Amino acid sequence: MYLEIVMKKSFKLENLDCAHCAAVMENGIKKIEGVHEVSISFMTRRLVLDADEERFPEILKEAGVICKRVEPDCFIKE
Amino acid sequence: MSVTLNKKQCRFLYRIIAASVFFAFAVLLSVNGVFPALYSSYAEFVLFLVVYLVIGWDVLLRAGKDIIHGNVFDEHFLMSIATIGAFFLGQYPEAVAVMLFYQIGELFQSYAVEKSRRSIAELMDISPDHAYIERDGVIVSVDPGELQVGDHIVIKAGDRVPVDGVVIAGSSELDTASLTGESRPRNVGVGDQVISGCINVSGVLHVRVAKPLSESTVTRILELVESAAGKKAKTEQFITRFSRYYTPAVVLAAVILSVIPPLILAEPFTIWIERALIFLVVSCPCALVISIPLSFFGGIGGASRSGILVKGSSYLEALSKTDTIVFDKTGTLTNGSFSVTEIHPIGISERELLEIAAHAEAYSSHPIAVSLRAAYQQTVSTSDLTDVSEHAGHGVTAMYLGRRIAVGNVELMQELGVNSEKDSLSGHGIHVAVDGRYAGWLVIADTLKSNAVYTVGELKKLGIRHIIMLTGDSPNVAASIARELGVDEYYAGLLPQDKVSVMEGILAKQRAGRTAAFVGDGINDAPVLSRADLGIAMGSLGSDAAIEAADIVLMDDDLLKIVSAIGISRRTMHIVFQNIVFALGVKFLVLILAAFGVANMWEAVFADVGVAFIAILNAMRTLKIMR
Repeated sequence: MYLEIVMKKSFKLENLDCAHCAAVMENGIKKIEGVHEVSISFMTRRLVLDADEERFPEILKEAGVICKRVEPDCFIKE
Repeated sequence: MSVTLNKKQCRFLYRIIAASVFFAFAVLLSVNGVFPALYSSYAEFVLFLVVYLVIGWDVLLRAGKDIIHGNVFDEHFLMSIATIGAFFLGQYPEAVAVMLFYQIGELFQSYAVEKSRRSIAELMDISPDHAYIERDGVIVSVDPGELQVGDHIVIKAGDRVPVDGVVIAGSSELDTASLTGESRPRNVGVGDQVISGCINVSGVLHVRVAKPLSESTVTRILELVESAAGKKAKTEQFITRFSRYYTPAVVLAAVILSVIPPLILAEPFTIWIERALIFLVVSCPCALVISIPLSFFGGIGGASRSGILVKGSSYLEALSKTDTIVFDKTGTLTNGSFSVTEIHPIGISERELLEIAAHAEAYSSHPIAVSLRAAYQQTVSTSDLTDVSEHAGHGVTAMYLGRRIAVGNVELMQELGVNSEKDSLSGHGIHVAVDGRYAGWLVIADTLKSNAVYTVGELKKLGIRHIIMLTGDSPNVAASIARELGVDEYYAGLLPQDKVSVMEGILAKQRAGRTAAFVGDGINDAPVLSRADLGIAMGSLGSDAAIEAADIVLMDDDLLKIVSAIGISRRTMHIVFQNIVFALGVKFLVLILAAFGVANMWEAVFADVGVAFIAILNAMRTLKIMR
């Protein structure tokens, strides 16, 4: 049986300054293929990403693009 | 509350002040009619446009980017449309004022959020920045991350304990307040464990490292607090979802309002466009989107300052809805250690009875024997003791100072043909016979925590409907403890593995919308902690399994922390609901008034910025710590 390997990791979102943006980013990242769960806390500026391990680096890259689009100064830091 | 702004906020503040001065100037000029009538409207337009651009250029820029990305429901875009629209309708001061107040609101929001973040960060500033290690008799300063298990470190007075370890020399007092919220210092001496994050108050401690920094308490706590982001409360999720529909709905209503009524009522478009613009100003859900997470954040932060770690806002929410609390008895309601609670001598003194019992059990390491020796308080000399024989599971007989002594249970007394008073007492009745004559009995029991009874009473006052105790003790022991505590329900004679199924039974009986919490010390009960709606682990500094399995971790074993945790959770939820009702109430009221032409731009500014301002101030109340 094919078993999907899921990876959960927490990142820091630098320059996340708008609460509404956090919700928009969360919603956008959720739609990336391979993402199981995503949660952005505006207050702690944390992104918790739960996604397929195989595609994790690409997913993270796509998530970064989404964040930048919503809030131009914002970037994901490990 | 001291006001400290970062560089970005400072620049922003200067801009707002400059724009406000310009704005006042512009209003004065236009009101006094300084400009010649011929071109006064153009002059006013230019004047206000300049002020508008000074205060709002970045919002307009962001709005432009939003259009490129297709985010038409972004607040910047909506604010830009609303103010540009007002300009076109000739409402110059209103347009500038909306932008000005919007920006003031933004500055205040960023200040409030920054302040909350900082106060939580300070709270969690428990990481050690250096450690002193002893190498070949020389003390050198190293990074705590470099310490290895077995290293010998020195902790000076005033320093933070860098990693978990065991004291090998010296004694001192440790301030655990930043971890447990407990202000009374804890005494430590040789052989005691020290936990990273505590502050050494008085003497110098020599400590052997037991865990590297990455596994030490301080690191685990920080990880726990940081990953608390993962579990959002339903209310928080609801607000996110709500705002996704609210803004488009209000914008759509604005569009309809600007087109349909003027066509039907044959009224000028300008009146209705003005009302539609008011809708746009009110369409931002900022007040909720910021104040709700801020409230939860403050609640969790305030709790952690009192030594209560909450792993996410969803658990804070669940705790506020708890009406059933299930306690594991040993180590939670009781101290988890045996002690002599009653002494009933017959024909001899209490002292003598204890002396005999303590000597008979001189060689045993059983907890009961330990508690007997502890109660005797003096040293037990085995030299006076001969002919010791163990009666498996029943007791001990021996010769002590020329007398034949027997110490054990009822069965031992029967075996020896001694007439003992049949006991139906709780705990472990220990009977003593001297030279074949009954000399009395002692009662050994696990003692209740000093504030256990008080805690149960307080929980009942808070409206917790069911307080249930789980224990492995026999039913009559459990009954007497339950009676003493005032606990309504108990399950006795449980093996550790039975606890999960009992918990499941309790969960099945729960009313909808109410949660059942389980409180345990993390020993043997990790499965129950994770099975309950809400697992509360207590006294768990140092227990990995408990911290992992629990949703709320109490840093020490003070039962009253449960009461304060419930208080904090309810207060937080109360503030959250206040904000939701207040913000939505004002917004809908202004929307209705605007639709009928009663409200103007100024009310809209209040419904947007003013409401956000008040909601944020209200949310920041959660940061206040209740003791």
